[in-house]
Amino acid sequence: MTNIRTCKVLVVGGGPGGYVAAIRAGQLGLDTVIVEADRVGGTCLIRGCIPSKAIIHAAGKYEAMQAHVGAGHLGIRLDKPPILEMKKLVAWKNEVVARLNAGVEALLKKAKVERVTGWATFRDGKTCDVRTADGMLTITAEHVILATGSRAVELPFLPFGGNVISSTEALDLAETPAHLAVIGAGYIGLELGIAYRKLGAKVTFVEAQDRILPLYDKEITRPIEQWLKKHGVEVHLEAKARGLEEKKGKTNLVFADKNGAEHRLIVDKVLVTVGRRPNTEGWGLENMAVDMNGPFVKVDKMCRTSMKNVWAIGDLVGEPMLAHKASAQGEMVAEIIAGHRRAFDPVAIAAVCFTEPEVVGVGLTPDEAKKKGVEVVVGKFPFAASGRTLSMEAGADGGFVRVTADKESQVILGIHAVGAHVAELSGEFALALEMGARLADIAGTIHVHPTLTEAFAEASLAAFGRAIHI
Amino acid sequence: MATYVFKLPDIGEGVVEAEIAAWHVAPGDTVAEDQHLVDVMTEKATVEITSPVAGVVQSITGKAGDRIPVGSDFIVFETDVAAAVEKKPAMAEAKPAPTLVEPAPAPAPALAARPAPNAKPVATHRGQPLASPAVRLRALEKDIDLSNVPGSGPAGRITHADLDAFIAGGGRLAVSGGRRKRTTVTEVPIIGLRRKIAERMQLAKRNIPHITYVEEVDITALEELRQHLNAQYADRPKLTLLPFLMLALVKALRRVPQANAHYDEAGGKLLQYDAVHIGIATQTDAGLKVPVVKHVEALDIWQAAAELARLADAARDNRAKAEDLSGSTITISSLGKLGGIVSTPIVNLPEVAIIGVNNAVDRPVVRNGQIVIRRMMNLSSSFDHRIIDGADAANLVQEIKGLLEQPAAIFIE
Repeated sequence: MTNIRTCKVLVVGGGPGGYVAAIRAGQLGLDTVIVEADRVGGTCLIRGCIPSKAIIHAAGKYEAMQAHVGAGHLGIRLDKPPILEMKKLVAWKNEVVARLNAGVEALLKKAKVERVTGWATFRDGKTCDVRTADGMLTITAEHVILATGSRAVELPFLPFGGNVISSTEALDLAETPAHLAVIGAGYIGLELGIAYRKLGAKVTFVEAQDRILPLYDKEITRPIEQWLKKHGVEVHLEAKARGLEEKKGKTNLVFADKNGAEHRLIVDKVLVTVGRRPNTEGWGLENMAVDMNGPFVKVDKMCRTSMKNVWAIGDLVGEPMLAHKASAQGEMVAEIIAGHRRAFDPVAIAAVCFTEPEVVGVGLTPDEAKKKGVEVVVGKFPFAASGRTLSMEAGADGGFVRVTADKESQVILGIHAVGAHVAELSGEFALALEMGARLADIAGTIHVHPTLTEAFAEASLAAFGRAIHI
Repeated sequence: MATYVFKLPDIGEGVVEAEIAAWHVAPGDTVAEDQHLVDVMTEKATVEITSPVAGVVQSITGKAGDRIPVGSDFIVFETDVAAAVEKKPAMAEAKPAPTLVEPAPAPAPALAARPAPNAKPVATHRGQPLASPAVRLRALEKDIDLSNVPGSGPAGRITHADLDAFIAGGGRLAVSGGRRKRTTVTEVPIIGLRRKIAERMQLAKRNIPHITYVEEVDITALEELRQHLNAQYADRPKLTLLPFLMLALVKALRRVPQANAHYDEAGGKLLQYDAVHIGIATQTDAGLKVPVVKHVEALDIWQAAAELARLADAARDNRAKAEDLSGSTITISSLGKLGGIVSTPIVNLPEVAIIGVNNAVDRPVVRNGQIVIRRMMNLSSSFDHRIIDGADAANLVQEIKGLLEQPAAIFIE
């Protein structure tokens, strides 16, 4: 027997795009149903941002403790090295996820959103069939919000399974691999590779391009390169993975260097992080008659697809594939459906990498601005000159804040930083861009001493050539 | 390799510098001998400069609006075309339009030399108006395009107060009703002919104490004669009013010869001419030009009409030579059907008189106590009052009026 449900808003996908859209729609009094086969929270909460940050945090703590073994450090001494119990670490991480997960469920309930657990398959633009534990449910909605997210890209010669893992499995390993090879030195690969290095694994990167973190300029990635070098992490650039070979019970990763010469590495796990692609298959998108934009669903500034009252948000509609972008779009679409006028027009969307050290970027780099024909002025302030940084042992990682402004108007066009905890500066950076701040606005804002944020004010002063502390 | 440095040639008597009007080539272009390279303006005219050699342009000096001294290095050519082409082999291969498609070997100078008057980068994010998210949201909700709202904040940032003021000023209604306040200012560089016109008008208006005298002329008889002649001599140049006025002016100037003159203020003398070279103020697409019909005193009505037509066409097509545009001793200004009732023409320095022609229309006038319809036309004429007294001005215009009203008198010695 098939049950039938009609509603005002149907949200498909319970990630940070979908659940935010559903909560906001519920808050606005719209009859809303959200369909998700898994727990709510999506990649971000269950197998991405949150669990990886938990692992990264634990890895940092574990590594820091090593420094205290023996002679001690900062007057703190450990007689014995700390012992890593990976299973317990993963269990703790799962607790964090579960807690947040329950929080999202509660928020949906509070907003009076009906939660349907099951896999939705669309028949047409407004109707889908959901296979639930209680049988088939057909949902017909006035508005449909597609928020199906993305998945890790698989390499045909290194299919996931066995010792070849994606970021999802990397967050659930029972033990630290002795040697972890990471294919792709983008932000996901670097975050996890660095965490496993801190947890004691030997880590090797194989990257097809000529640099790590290709979305950032060399100045920004240099401190990360230095950390990798210092910690014995090999990085093979312009190298192409070819596949795995089993030899004498050992797993060999075969890759070709930039000259085409083949190399073999004995590895325990191969983490493939070569990008993500939108989830456009297996749920009847082809029956919905919406236009595509390459691999993505095509949307306008209001996240409208080519089909009336069918909306799409998040990773499904294109770069940047970031949770906070998806959430902003989800909130906006719910408000538009409720009759408000809204448009997705951010000046910039900040991005962070929880690498060692951390990276944050918002807006244009100096090179990007120059390519657009803008004459720029750039101000830089090194964290080595920051009291706060030194007081938390982070003065030697080569970090800095760099601000890029239009030379004529002094309107800030981009802000980038690398260093310990700089991800937390992303809010002020994004605010500066959204408010149309000029260098003098930042320099004229009294920043708290001693905090990392002082470096932003100093970098703005440096653009005028009058930083105080350098 | 062989380079040829082309210096800005002497393009007219006494010209020491020329203003670049427009480039027609850029570095990297291959040019043939005699190919049109650049237009330059002098005090007198726009001159087309053609290439003295065949070759590849290596560099050019100056951009539109710049003044270049005569004799300075102007264009450098690579005349060994094979060598030049060799440097960029891709250009020689299979690309039919090399100047458009091919990145020249040195794109930077090419870009620098091309005029880009409005290429200033917009000092805003992504070219969008500078405004905070809250201001942007309010504008969106009120259906206001922020690019229409003037920003009072630093770097033109739009504040809530700016938005309030825009709404209070009817901006919202204006926008949704299809009428909107327009706030864009377009910067039009005043260069070339326009700059020349501006300078000369300023000079004339500042230095000359003008007196303007307006009189009406009954041209009913003249119209009849004109139409008769045009019908009678269909194979000859078509006669407008102007040739008659020119011939009448020649005759009238016998009575007031000091009006056909140049006032040399610095030299403290008036150069009074026997020859009557009449400048005809002509509107062209590029602006006001004054082609000159020389020695009108020696022309009959047909010759005057033919010469007038030739010069006006040349001026409009930008083909007028420097000598066609200089040497006038007195000027006639006519806007044809746009002539209006009265105008106040500005004397064409260093001349001392200008005759303005207003529109010819049928008007009721009183003749012998009766109201009759006559073809009437006003003449609005200005004079340099330092040289021409009011009575002289009146005499000249009254003489012209008499001749035009009894047109046979124009042709009787």
